[in-house]
Amino acid sequence: MNLDLKNYTLFLADNALILGQRLGEWCGHGPVLEQDIALTNISLDHLGQSRMLLQYAAKQVGNGATEDSLAFFRNEGEFRNLLITELPNNDWAYTLAKHFLFDTFNFFQYEFLMNSKDETIQAIARKAIKEIAYHAQFSAEWIIRMGDGTEESHQRVQNAIDELWMYTGEMFVADSSSEAMTKAAVAPDYALLKEQWQEKVSQVLEIATLVKPEEGWMQKGGREGKHTEHMGYILAEMQHLPRTYPTAKW
Amino acid sequence: MDKPNDNWKIWEVFIRSKNGLSHKHVGSLHAPDADMAIKNARDVYTRRSEGISIWVVPSEAVTASSPDEKEPLFTPADDKVYRHPTFYEIPSEIGHM
Amino acid sequence: MQIKFVKYPRFIAMGEVQLEKRFQDYLDGENKIEPKDWMPDAYRKTLIRQISQHAHSEVVGMLPEANWISRAPSLRRKVALLAKVQDEAGHGLYLYSAAETLGIDRSELVDDLLSGKAKYSSIFNYPTVSWADMGAIGWLVDGAAIANQVMLCRTSYGPYARAMVRICKEESFHQRQGYEIMLSLANGTAEQKQMAQDALNRWWWPSLMMFGPTDDLSPNSAQSMKWKIKRKSNDELRQEFIDKTVPQAEFLGLTVPDKDLKWNEEKQGYDYGEIDWEEFYNVVKGNGPCNKQRLADRVKAHEAGAWVREAANAYAAKEAKRKADKGQAA
Repeated sequence: MNLDLKNYTLFLADNALILGQRLGEWCGHGPVLEQDIALTNISLDHLGQSRMLLQYAAKQVGNGATEDSLAFFRNEGEFRNLLITELPNNDWAYTLAKHFLFDTFNFFQYEFLMNSKDETIQAIARKAIKEIAYHAQFSAEWIIRMGDGTEESHQRVQNAIDELWMYTGEMFVADSSSEAMTKAAVAPDYALLKEQWQEKVSQVLEIATLVKPEEGWMQKGGREGKHTEHMGYILAEMQHLPRTYPTAKW
Repeated sequence: MDKPNDNWKIWEVFIRSKNGLSHKHVGSLHAPDADMAIKNARDVYTRRSEGISIWVVPSEAVTASSPDEKEPLFTPADDKVYRHPTFYEIPSEIGHM
Repeated sequence: MQIKFVKYPRFIAMGEVQLEKRFQDYLDGENKIEPKDWMPDAYRKTLIRQISQHAHSEVVGMLPEANWISRAPSLRRKVALLAKVQDEAGHGLYLYSAAETLGIDRSELVDDLLSGKAKYSSIFNYPTVSWADMGAIGWLVDGAAIANQVMLCRTSYGPYARAMVRICKEESFHQRQGYEIMLSLANGTAEQKQMAQDALNRWWWPSLMMFGPTDDLSPNSAQSMKWKIKRKSNDELRQEFIDKTVPQAEFLGLTVPDKDLKWNEEKQGYDYGEIDWEEFYNVVKGNGPCNKQRLADRVKAHEAGAWVREAANAYAAKEAKRKADKGQAA
């Protein structure tokens, strides 16, 4: 087994899984039925992508591993998702800002992955890119709507962007597995994605009449399994049934 | 204080299920503008790939033919009275026809 | 334009009574009523009440199941449940949209729900305490709902009937999803089977109550049947549901919690025990285990969403103005 490829596959899978899990929390609680349905669709997209990736990771792991054994029986330190994906939803502004910052990154990431040297990742990326482009469009539009909406919405979304900013640096700093995958042309050069991301984010924030935060100090750790306080709660909830009844089939 | 303006306006949704067919009215939804109405329509009315093309129209922009206030609906037949035998006056001495 | 020709004289002469008679004749001919057609006020009011209650039930009904999205025990189950709860939002939306064709705005209907004035199906005031409840709800609650909804596909009001056709198409996946969960549990470990039996015990009677009071105590039913809004009586629907569901429980190897349940050869249906109507009326009145919690969740979502909806309107207005200004400049 190529350990770097496995780690990298899990990085992609876990981002999608944790985002999908978090977005699922909105289901039934959205600001209006139409948007409740929209967010659930996005959650389903993420979960669908994570399943394909986890199935691929499971194949690499072997020993009877499955998408479910990887989702439900790994410990916190084995999850490789970015910290921004595990942050709570808070309000609509915070959730959409989180997604906007991530989706924009994800779009450029998957744009590269459509030509990844790894055939499975390439195939998954080609399937997922339409969804991912839609997510990026959706969240960017909401940032603009809120930024250029009312005074309250402007303030809320500006605060959210400011608070979330320190979780964006980690997107562009590769861990050793990602680096190896970049060398093998399986993964993009993350440092290079930063420029495209900056440009798009600046453009949207400007249209939204929002202020782009200063670079500042950045959090990191997700890619190496070092997570925020929130991650433990996510896993406690997500994993509790399969772990309580480890021999059960559902 | 005024009630906040948080009520989105209503749109009628039309979907073309496949090329060769015309758009068909499927229902309505709420959205603040046309962009979001289209996106909402996609999420609400095409979750099971029911369509390939969507129209949204603000409901207020639809002009519908309207029966007069007191006029009952059941008019299709009434429009075409010539189809009814009673439309034709037959002298009573001729009897039943 | 102000030019108007004189109305067709015989309609001017036609009074309410004649109109209602023609309306009834029209219904009796199995014709559908459409939004702009004349209809008696009481018919309109009944429909608004029934369709909006139905819509509220779909939306409140999301909550007990949404509880388990984050805890679904496999990824396949998670996406199925999520898609199912999303469908319920869609169904609520189709139904609000049908109610709106009767000349009432969704926001008014939602206000009535949130103030506690409007009712929704009492079944959703029961708690979902185990994963097996996702199975039982899909199988029993959706099963009972489908019995009702299939009938409503033929209801006399066009937009309502069309919404129901759409809903019925989607609901069959829901019931299968639920039954499949029950199957896995019933064929699983001893603990899982116990979980399934426990869920059946808790959901069986409330599911039977979903069809409403017995026919002799259901005062509005007769008029609704006459108007062909309802096409079958509460007791008929309940009987159909029981007859269909009991064999499904047997197939699962689970026991229906009714010691009086017995096949009646003569009527070709099951006899069943007395329903606890005191419990039913108490839950309707607000004394169910989750009435307050469910409504509080809806109120919270609506209030927390106000600034979001407002912001989107404000942005739309600004954009419209920008477009208009640009048009003027050009």
